[in-house]
Parts: sequence; structure tokens; C-alpha cells
Amino acid sequence: MNGPIDEAESLRALFVKALANRSFLTGLIITSIIAAMALVSYVWVPYDVTYLPVTNRMATPSAEHLLGTDHFGRDIFSMIMVGARNSIAVAFIAVAMGISVGVPLGCWAAARRGWVDEALMRFNDVVFAFPALLSAVMITAIFGPGAVNAIIAIGIFNIPVFARVARAGALSIWPREYILAARTAGKSATQITVEHILPNIANLLLVQGTIQFALGILAEAGLSYVGLGTQPPMPSWGRMLFDAQTRMIVAPHLAIFPGLAIVVTVLGLNLLGDGLRDMLDPKLRRQR
Amino acid sequence: MSGASLLALENLSLSIGDMEILRQVDFAIRQGEVMGLVGESGSGKSMTALAIMKLLPHAARASGRILFDGSNLLDASERQMCAVRGDDISMVFQEPMTALNPVKTIGEQVAEGIRWHTGANRADAEDRARAMLDRVGLPESKFPLARYPHELSGGQRQRVVIAIACALKPRLLIADEPTTALDVVLQKQVLDLLRDLVDESRMGLLLISHDLAVVTDMADHVTVMRNGQVMEQGETARTLKEQRHPYTRQLAEASTHVPARAAPPEQAAANATPLLSVENVVRDYPARRTSLLYRPAPFRAVDDVSFSMQPRHSVALVGRSGCGKSTLARMILALDSPTHGAIRLKGQHLEGLNQAALRPFRRDMQVVFQDPYGSFNPRHKVERLVAEPLHLLDEQPTRARRREQVAAALADVGLPADSMDRYAHEFSGGQRQRISIARAMITRPKLIVADEPVSALDVSIRAQILDLFAELNARFDLAYLFITHDLTVARAITDEVMVMHDGRIVERGKTGDVLDNPQTDAARELVDAAPDLDRAIRRRLARI
Amino acid sequence: MTTYILKRLGIGILTLVFASMIVFAVLEIVPGDPARLMLGMNATEDAIAALREQMGLNQPLAVRYIAWLGGFVVGDLGRSYTYSVPVLDLVADRVAVSLPLAVIALVLSTLVAVPVGIFSAARRGRFADTVAMGTAQLGVAVPNFWFALILVYIFAVWLRLVPAGGFPGWAGGAWPALKALILPAIALALPQAAILARVTRSALIEVMGEDFIRTARAKGLPAGRVLWTHALRNALIPVLTILGLQFAFLLAGTIIIENVFYLPGLGRLVFQAITQRDLIVVESVVMLLVASVIVVNLLVDLSYAAVDPRLRTR
Repeated sequence: MNGPIDEAESLRALFVKALANRSFLTGLIITSIIAAMALVSYVWVPYDVTYLPVTNRMATPSAEHLLGTDHFGRDIFSMIMVGARNSIAVAFIAVAMGISVGVPLGCWAAARRGWVDEALMRFNDVVFAFPALLSAVMITAIFGPGAVNAIIAIGIFNIPVFARVARAGALSIWPREYILAARTAGKSATQITVEHILPNIANLLLVQGTIQFALGILAEAGLSYVGLGTQPPMPSWGRMLFDAQTRMIVAPHLAIFPGLAIVVTVLGLNLLGDGLRDMLDPKLRRQR
Repeated sequence: MSGASLLALENLSLSIGDMEILRQVDFAIRQGEVMGLVGESGSGKSMTALAIMKLLPHAARASGRILFDGSNLLDASERQMCAVRGDDISMVFQEPMTALNPVKTIGEQVAEGIRWHTGANRADAEDRARAMLDRVGLPESKFPLARYPHELSGGQRQRVVIAIACALKPRLLIADEPTTALDVVLQKQVLDLLRDLVDESRMGLLLISHDLAVVTDMADHVTVMRNGQVMEQGETARTLKEQRHPYTRQLAEASTHVPARAAPPEQAAANATPLLSVENVVRDYPARRTSLLYRPAPFRAVDDVSFSMQPRHSVALVGRSGCGKSTLARMILALDSPTHGAIRLKGQHLEGLNQAALRPFRRDMQVVFQDPYGSFNPRHKVERLVAEPLHLLDEQPTRARRREQVAAALADVGLPADSMDRYAHEFSGGQRQRISIARAMITRPKLIVADEPVSALDVSIRAQILDLFAELNARFDLAYLFITHDLTVARAITDEVMVMHDGRIVERGKTGDVLDNPQTDAARELVDAAPDLDRAIRRRLARI
Repeated sequence: MTTYILKRLGIGILTLVFASMIVFAVLEIVPGDPARLMLGMNATEDAIAALREQMGLNQPLAVRYIAWLGGFVVGDLGRSYTYSVPVLDLVADRVAVSLPLAVIALVLSTLVAVPVGIFSAARRGRFADTVAMGTAQLGVAVPNFWFALILVYIFAVWLRLVPAGGFPGWAGGAWPALKALILPAIALALPQAAILARVTRSALIEVMGEDFIRTARAKGLPAGRVLWTHALRNALIPVLTILGLQFAFLLAGTIIIENVFYLPGLGRLVFQAITQRDLIVVESVVMLLVASVIVVNLLVDLSYAAVDPRLRTR
């Protein structure tokens, strides 16, 4: 017997559920702290990251320098704060790129089916063959390195990801009877997509968005680490790890804190995504 | 009750969390006896079955006793239950399309239980599986053991499920709504098969169904459940003839309910323009290619169908599943276009019109669907849901005017105006179907196409919705096209019946004439297979 | 079945062609004059003209594209500008490092992740599941190159069990070479294993909720046996899909990890080529990696047919 699947819920019910969901709550707190750190870095950091007091190089953590200093004497905590805004900006723009191109494509393919759908799937196949790193390699070979490369390379890979999620979600909504009812009410495919499809796949997109955000942070760190992403003197987590690598024997803390920053941020975003999925996915809820 | 019971439930109570699912359920089944368990949704009948199999959800807590052959299954260990399941007690489920493992052959799936319980080697188990599949009507020539479930139809898959359940000749078979997902003709075939298997090996059968007529036909004893409690139980013929318990009476009356209707309209003059006319309509679908070299002939879903409908007429389009009735309905609603032929509404051609040109026609024809849960966007409030067809008006009403119109439409279907500020999921199935009808009514259409509009509803709710359809028919001069495989619905609410078979309309006539005296094989097959409570009671009484 | 295989093969070839067009377009059309880009600002016009002649840049685009593609088929990838050796020789040396690394990492992650996923699904909600999935959650968040740094610090700097980096080559025997690949492979495998374990678990749990599992339980099969004989094969489809997708990430990871361990693989080659603006090498290596992603995904598509009979009859 199929019982009702309560997909729509009042905000209050959602709020209560959010508080009860440990993954979501932990993820939200971690993500908020990182985001706050990134925002605060615009107006205040403990030490200016462009100031290089060579006298105080590779200091271990102390009250003065919470996480120590790097090989130029820069304060690591300050660099991590500034690096956070860089990581977040790159990952955020890349996700926005994926959503703004991928979701319309996916919805269009689901609405039109036929050759449009087939063409989109083939397009997806092609783009999926270019992991962000390979795109970044190509772009850097032509234009030289930079943070914009990282955004473009990660963003391009996000397009087929969101196109696929939107298409799969839309395809599962289109056969519903309320879509048929909307069609007998004379609604066009565009109106149906905006009024009926998008609100009902929004939760899928939100969950995928947090996953891609986390992957974007990891990818940006990787690209900066191999020198294809953010360039010095702009601090970035990946670049800090690269600088730490040759000095690890004498100063392991140089490698530990930027790495932990990445781990904590990605973990927070993944927990947020898991929590959202549990809260919003009616299918998972039914299994409980 | 004489003789030892094969299965006896004593004071069985069950709860999941704070929810009480079953309250002190008592009944017993003897060897070779068929017990019918009837109830509406939420009555706890499926949970009773799962409790006997001990396949309950983890959070469920059961108390009382389930005595099988004198030993209490609630005390049995999981290992002991594994020995019982499939060997002594077997189960057939409702949904044949999902009940079989898609990546294993039917032979493997039937033989698996045999090998597990008897320790037979693969060859012997496969021989027994082969014999069992032959017995349930799947002969080797057409259904070798190496077939996969997706190569079988729903009815054939249900036969495989029955073969799995009966392979070891269990002493008790539990069938939970075994035919609900099948059309009436398949339902009859599957029920006949179950009855024969039960007779052959003197199994006990616990037949769970929402359909009183099916249970009356099949069961020696009947147990009526509601909200987790047993309302009444007893010998089938007597229980249903006397209908001593008010709930049993209510169920029986609702099952055969015929709404009071105004006299059907006079036959219109021959030269009057019909409301709807369908002329030589054909719909082909491209068949799936199985080879790169050959393009298979297209599948003809609707084959040269012609008919017309007068205003205020209520017509049933009946047929087995896959006969093309839903495809025809989609074309009438201009959701799909015919390969050949013409569809006219009030004399105007619909085919080939673009969406803008269709708008005035869409105002005159609306739709009501089967599933009261899937028919609404869960993110919209009732106001927006019901108001959606107002999009078809040339002039969009103001917000206030729109609310008035929605309130009026809700009032027409018997719902209070404040319903419009709630979401669809806050309503029960019957209320949702009323909202669905309100949505269809808001543009004051002339024709409503209703696709199995009451099949998913419990019988008592179904009777109320049928009454509503009858009332609206008279009040608003509505014409109905009911798409259904359920002849009780056709009899209750329509003036005329068209029988569809393999894409063609094979018989058409006044409802009473066609149902009482079918002329074609296809119609006769449907009428004979349709469960009918009165007929079933009479038959059962005659058998005593 | 043949229709399905032929269709997938056709799609695979089409994808390869389109991907090659993209690589060609980005590296040979977008820069305008690749020769000028390669030689930099200070090059003389004569040097540029000579390089243009050597690279065949004076021919029409279509001819150059066909020649380049044809070169791939016959194994002629052109000459590296900076090393003055055939690119094929250069690449072949490096593949002998990168390919074993990727394969070891893939095998390692699969061997760890699938059993952990199954185990977790079978003990869903219990302590062991919570621990395994908590570890996986953490594993997904760890960047592989950072994990590599930590591994180097612990096993090479501190415990001195393995070399901290470098590669002795296969000529000196398999064992020293493998030893140099152990840490990189573990670093690569961890995040992959974490994702794979999570996918295996959730795919299994989803399948365990299907109706046919209840049918199998009703036959009298114990829950554990149902998991192995009925659920696992059905759960394999999403697991295979993820394996295919992961291969792309694994390649990217290989390129990064080679930098941590100073391994002379394709990754090192491509970064050197970027610094030296050797577009010919960049183009060949990128195309090779893209092609391997496409081929692996094609293999995954074909393996679906072995798992799912519904695809075979198509």
C-alpha cells in the first residue's frame, strides 16, 4: 500500500528536523565558521600576509603566532584565513557556473527528449573525459597559470554533473500526473519546467551543489599545489602545502595546518550535503 | 471450530514506535481452508501477513501468539523461521513487476528455495522448478528456465512468484493482494490457479484483499479488519448474507453502490453536432529495434477507432490493460496526436493545432487521474493547484477573483473554502480526489476524461466520489469519458459502454445491455472475469 | 546484445573524435600561432618560421588535424621541441611509471572499499558501520597529496621504511620499483576507497529495500545469504558507474601525486612541458589521458551488459 509521501513541508517542520539532524548541524556549524573566517579576512587578519619579517621564519605555534609562521615569516593563521576566501570563491563560482549552464541544459533535454537529449548525453560524455586537472593543464599551457584557470577548469567539469542530475530529476517528474494536468491546462514546456520541475528537483540540486562545492575546494587545492591555480603572493591552501613540502623535515607544522583546513572544510560541506539529503530526499526517508 | 488449526493468531498486537498497528487480532485457519482477510487501507491486513512470516520492519514490536502447528512463531529464532519460510509457510506479494530479482533467471529463482530447503543438487532442483513452472501455466516451450523476469508480462511474473511460493508445497500460503496490480481477466486466471493449487495439496490459504467480491468468491471463512482490529469473522456466505456487523454492511453496500442519477439524456437528433467525435483514429508507436539491420514494424496502439459522444452523456471505455484505452484518452486530451484520423470537439478539428490554438478547446475538456497522491505538485498550495487551468482563460482573473473561483470550485466538490491555503498532502485520498475534480471543474468544461478515477480509493470513499461524479453530471451538464477496467464503476455511473480490445473498439452499447449480455468474446471475457459481490454471494450460498 | 555493444562502441569512438577536436582546438587554434607561443617573446622571425615548417603549421587546419589524429593511430606523436626526441619514446618511458601507479591504486582501493561497503551495509546502524562510515567520511575529505606528504613524513622520514621519493626504474628489478610506488599508490587509493565504500554501502542498502529481497527472504533464505546472492549483483551497477567515473579522478590524482614523490611519470612530463612551452608534448599527453578515460568508461558500459540481463536483450 503506498502511503502519502510528504514532500512539501512547512518551514517550521524543516527547522525542527534540521536541529535533529546531527550531520546537517555539524556541517552547518563548520561551514559557517570557515565562511565567517573568509569574510572576516577582508577586514581584519592577525598579521598582514604581505609583510615578510624574515627574522621570524618557520616559528612553531605560540601565543603570538597561533599556528606558527612560514618560511617568509608570514603568520600561518592569517594565511589560512585569506586562503579560505580564495578557496571558497573559486569553488563557489565553479559551482555557479555548473548550475547556471548545466541545469538549463538538463531540463531542456528532459523536456524535449529525442535528439536534444541524445546530443546532451554525448556532450556530457565528452566533457566527462576532461577532469579539471587536464583542462587546467591545457589552459595553463596557452595562457599561463592563474586562479581564473582553476575556476574555468573546475566549472567546466561541473556542467555535465549538474546537467546529469537535473536531467535525471526532471525525467522522474515529467511522467507524474500533475504534469499531465498542467499540460491539459495549456502550460508550455517552459512554464511546466519553471513551475513544476525546478521546485521539485531543487533539493537534488542543493545536495549536489554542496558535493560539488566540496570537490571544488579539493580540486582548487590540488591545482594550486601543482602550480596551475592561485599564484603567489596570494595565499592559497594548496600553494602553502607545496611550499611546506621541502621544509617538512624541519617544520612539519607548515604542512599540517593548511591540510587540516582543507580536511575540515570539505568534511563540513560533505556533512552538510549528507544532512540535506537525509532531510530532503523522500526516498531515503521512506527506508527508515 | 472443529479440528486443530493449522495457524491460529491469539491476541496478536503490534506496534511500531508509538503507533499501534494491530490490536488483539484473533483468527484461525485449518488445513485446506481458505481464509479471506478483508479491510480498507490502514486496516493492518498486510502487517498481519508480515507478522506471520516474521518479516516485519525492525522497529515493530509484536505481542500475543502466532501458533503454527501448535508452536508459537513469535518465540522462534531467526534460524527456525528461515526453515519455516518457503517450506511450511510461503507468501505471494502484490507487485509482480518488482517481486522478482531482475538479474537472475526465473529458473534460478524458483530452484533456489528448493535447493535451500531440500539440499537437492542443481539438476534435481531445476527439474522440480521446471515441473512447478509448467504447473502454474508457464510451459517449457515458451518459458525456458533461462528466461529473465523482464522478458515476462505482469501476469506471467505473478505466476513465477506463485511457483516460487508453492514449489515445496507449503502447508500455508499467504497471498497479499495477489491480483490488485493485474487487470480483471488476469485476476481471474491467477485466482483460479491459486484455488487449484490449494485444493491439490490441501494448503491453507490466507487471502488478503480489499475487494469483498474476490474474497467472497474464494474464501470459506472471512475476517473483516479495520484500524488494526477484527470487526467480524465467520463463515463467508453467512457473514455476507446476514451482514450483522455494521462495518461489514457498510463495506458490502459501498462495494455495490450505484449513485442515484438523473435519467440519461434523450438521444440527440441525428444531425446535431456531437460534443466529441473521434474518426478513424490510429496511433502507431515505433517498436524498439532489436537489430541494426531490420527496422521492426511499428506497434499499433490504437487501430481505426471511431465514436462520438453527446453532451451530458457518460461513457465508459473499458478494456484490459494494454488495450490502448489510455493512449486514446491522451489523444482526445490533445496530449498526443493521432498518426491518422480526426478528433473533433464541438465540430472543430483538434489534430495539428498548436498549443495556443488549443486553448479554447482545453477549457472545454479537463482530466481527472487515478492516483490521488501523484496528481498534485507537492510544493503548491491547493489554491494554486485548483486555479491552474484558469491559465486557459483569455483574461487572467485578479487575485481576489481567482480565490472566489477556487472557493466556488471547492464548494462544488464538497470541500470548505479554507482548504485552499493548505497543501495537497494534508488531505486524505478521497479529499484529494475531490480537489482533483475541483481542478477539472474550474473552467466549467463540457467534457471530463477520467482515467480510473476511483481505482486507488477504498470502497467506502469510492462510493462517495461516484456520488459526486453523478451529482456534477446533472448540475453542470457534464459529459464523462471514464477509462476503466472495473465494470462495477462502469455500471454505476455510465450510460454507455465501449469495449476496447487490441486497439479497436469491439463492442458498444447501453451499459446494462453490454454488461448483462455481451456480444463479443472480448466483452464476455471482461464481464465473466469481473468480480461481482451479489453474484459471488449467490454462488456461495448455492454451494452450501 | 551485439546491438548494445555496437552502440556503445560507436558512442565511444564518437566521444574520442569530439574530445580530440577539443584538444586540437584548444592547443593549436586558440593560441593563434603555436610556434610563436612556444618560442616566446624574444624569438627571431626565422626561428619561428623554421618551427612552423617543422610542425607543419603552414598546412590547412583540417589537414593538420587529420595528420595529428592519424599519427596517433600509427604511433607517431611528433617530435618534442625541447627534448628533440620522438614524443612517443618520451611518453612510453613515463607511462611505465604512471600506468602501474594508477592500476595499483585502483586495485588497492577496490579491494579495500568493496568489502568494507558490504560489511557496513550488512551491519547497518551498528557500531562497526558507524566507525567504517565515519572513517570513510573523513577519507573523502582528505586531499590525496596532503595524505601523501603525511605518509612520506611517517614512513620515509621517520621510520625510513621506504624511499621518500624518486623512482629506480624497472630495469633494476620489480621490487625496488614497486617499493617506490607503494606510498604513492596508498595515498591515491585512500580517497577513492572512501568514496567507493560509501557508494557500495548505499547501493546495497537501497537494493535491500527492494521488493524482490522480500521475495527471497520469504523463500527462507537468511538475510546474509540474500545480501550475497541477490543484493550484491544488483548493487554492482552503481558501483561500476562510480569506478568508471573515478578513473578520471585517479589519473588527475596520479599527475599530482607524482609531484609529491618526484616520480618520472606523465604528470612530471606534462608540467615540465608546460614550463618549457612544449605544446607538442602537452597535446600528446593530454590526448592520451583523455583517451584512456574514455576507453575505461567504455569498458564500464560494456561490463553493464554482463551484470544486467535487461541490457543484453536490447
